[in-house]
Amino acid sequence: MSAGGRIRAWLNKYGLIILLLVLPVVYGIQDLSQDGNLTRIANNLFSGLSNGSILALIALGYTLVYGIIELINFAHGEVFMIGSFTASQFWALIGVGLATGVAGIVFGLAASLIVAMVVCGLLNVMIERVAYRPLRAAPKLAPLITAVGMSFVLQNVGLLWLGGSPASVDDVIHAQQEVFSVFGIVVSRADLLAFAVTIPLVILLTLFVSRARLGRAMRATAQDPEAARLMGINVDTTIALTFLIGGMLAGAAGLVYALYQTTIWFFQGFQAGLLAFTAAVMGGIGNLKGAVLGGLIIGCIQQISDNRIGPEWTPAVVFAYLILIMVFRPQGLLGEETREAG
Amino acid sequence: MSNRFGALKLGKWGNRALAGAVIALAIVFPLFFGKADGWVDDMTLSLAYVVMALGLNIVVGYAGLLDLGYVAFFAFGAYCTGWFMSGFFANADVHVGVSKFAQVLPGIHLNWLIVVVIAIIVCAVAGIVIGLPTLRLRGDYIAIVTLAFGEIVRVFAINGDEITLPFTNDAKLTAGRQGITPIDPIKLPGLDPFNPLNLRPWYWTALAMVLVVLFVNIRLRDSRLGRAWIAIREDEVAAASMGVPLVKTKLLAYAAGAAFGGISGTFLGSYLNTVNADQFAFSFSIFILAMIILGGLGSVWGVVVGAVALSLINYRLIPDVLNDVPAKLGLNFQLADLSFGIFGFLLVIMMILRPEGLIPERRRQLELREGVGAGTEADLVEVSHT
Repeated sequence: MSAGGRIRAWLNKYGLIILLLVLPVVYGIQDLSQDGNLTRIANNLFSGLSNGSILALIALGYTLVYGIIELINFAHGEVFMIGSFTASQFWALIGVGLATGVAGIVFGLAASLIVAMVVCGLLNVMIERVAYRPLRAAPKLAPLITAVGMSFVLQNVGLLWLGGSPASVDDVIHAQQEVFSVFGIVVSRADLLAFAVTIPLVILLTLFVSRARLGRAMRATAQDPEAARLMGINVDTTIALTFLIGGMLAGAAGLVYALYQTTIWFFQGFQAGLLAFTAAVMGGIGNLKGAVLGGLIIGCIQQISDNRIGPEWTPAVVFAYLILIMVFRPQGLLGEETREAG
Repeated sequence: MSNRFGALKLGKWGNRALAGAVIALAIVFPLFFGKADGWVDDMTLSLAYVVMALGLNIVVGYAGLLDLGYVAFFAFGAYCTGWFMSGFFANADVHVGVSKFAQVLPGIHLNWLIVVVIAIIVCAVAGIVIGLPTLRLRGDYIAIVTLAFGEIVRVFAINGDEITLPFTNDAKLTAGRQGITPIDPIKLPGLDPFNPLNLRPWYWTALAMVLVVLFVNIRLRDSRLGRAWIAIREDEVAAASMGVPLVKTKLLAYAAGAAFGGISGTFLGSYLNTVNADQFAFSFSIFILAMIILGGLGSVWGVVVGAVALSLINYRLIPDVLNDVPAKLGLNFQLADLSFGIFGFLLVIMMILRPEGLIPERRRQLELREGVGAGTEADLVEVSHT
């Protein structure tokens, strides 16, 4: 192998990992050389992880749908936004009377979580039925355009629902209150909530996809819809089920986001959706583990960039990362080499 | 297959006569209205959007590279007018071919035609830069990378007032959300003075721009390069094995498409008299994309019709005609606030009912009917809508 070839192979293997470490390492060194205090970067990484776990939930929805029908579901971020709205509005409707004690709050939150998940799951299934299923046979551009169209429609539903400016959510769980701290890393209630909702859901999803009968049907359909159909799998139902699960995860993410950020607005779905999609692509789209990994990484990058570079530059930083990843590893971190498809 | 546009099937000379009549009508159009009438204003904007749509049509319609960040080139073109046709760089003192009035103002003031050339170069280079990372990618990933570039450009436009340009005396990159304003009006020999009270010269300039770009677009499509673009769109692997240089051809598509966007951007920058970071949102890319899809991807005349139709819907139908409908129904909102929701609805309906657009390109229409390139299910599922 020539020297150039060896360098290229090495870059393909490690380039991405080096790239991902740039921001944390640069700012870690800066902290060390200034005051020898690494808690700042550690705190950023930790809240990046909890923030990223929400992104991971949304990213899972992208990756599930992409895995099964090779469609970038642009409307997914908006489904997540509707989830936030539903959860917070349901809470405002029901929760006020319940929020007397800890048990009441927990019960109310669980109820809001279920409502948000059901609403978003059904919404996603409906979108699939209306906007994607009639276009199964059309070229790939057509469903992508309807996806963008649906995302605009839902965005405007959100705009009509709560107006153009961010609305604040009742901070029922006192999100920023510190629970405990380890080595200077402050763990807040919001972090705990994020982990408490996302980790079980991710485990459940993994178990479902790998063990359950319907999960196996999903994997079979993703591999080859025609062969799956011949083997007696109802492809349409399986695809609808995938959308249902993706929507439910987005709904759960919506509730956590609303409590975590304590503000919601109609445009949050676009921003979080883009970040989550970036996460899914980074992990290798179609790969569930990749989506979670990508979500956590994007969360960390976002957090570090927010606190150290400036929140107004964060989108540019995240997207620059996305483009560089596409250059180094077009298939993503855990993705497989894909064939060139029209 | 029957031709549903029988009226348009006129033969070569009939088509030319029709085109000539449409162009003649377009030229005399502003004479039927007042000098600053709303219709002339709306049509001028639509014509500028036609130029942009024709540019995007090269990338998406001809070469089949889905570009969701096209607004970046509008931004580059508009910022070219902001930088070179206003007092933005107050310390500079450059005046080339501008009116007596602009001659005495501080800043860089170049004639619009020079700025157009600069914008074409800037945008073509930017197009290639955006194209490079997408070369190894599959269709949907191209969409995401171009979207990412569009967003990065927007972030730089918004926060450009934090960036000081090197080697200058505290000159910023952009004016951020405040916008760069005022911008010199276009100055062309032979036309009336361009000003907000007399929109006719603006309209005719936009029309001339459209005609030039249309001509170039049609010639490009029929050229060797155009055939190569269509070959890549149809089947990249087959095209490559038949000797089409993929890298060069794709990059040229990005560069050409970008250049048209830049031309339109310079015009709009001057016409709207401001270059403002909020103009460059993702939704604008979709606005332009919707035009070419509504009209018929790849079809030049379809794109023109789609662009005019959508911009008239956006600037005339929704704000002036339909705006009060919800209020009359007792609802508390204005339709103009929801224009993109209506667009979204239109896109979905359009794709489901007529995925090939209003005036489909004949080749693409065939392709859509046969369901080529639709993956594994295409062979089994009959496309039912005809």
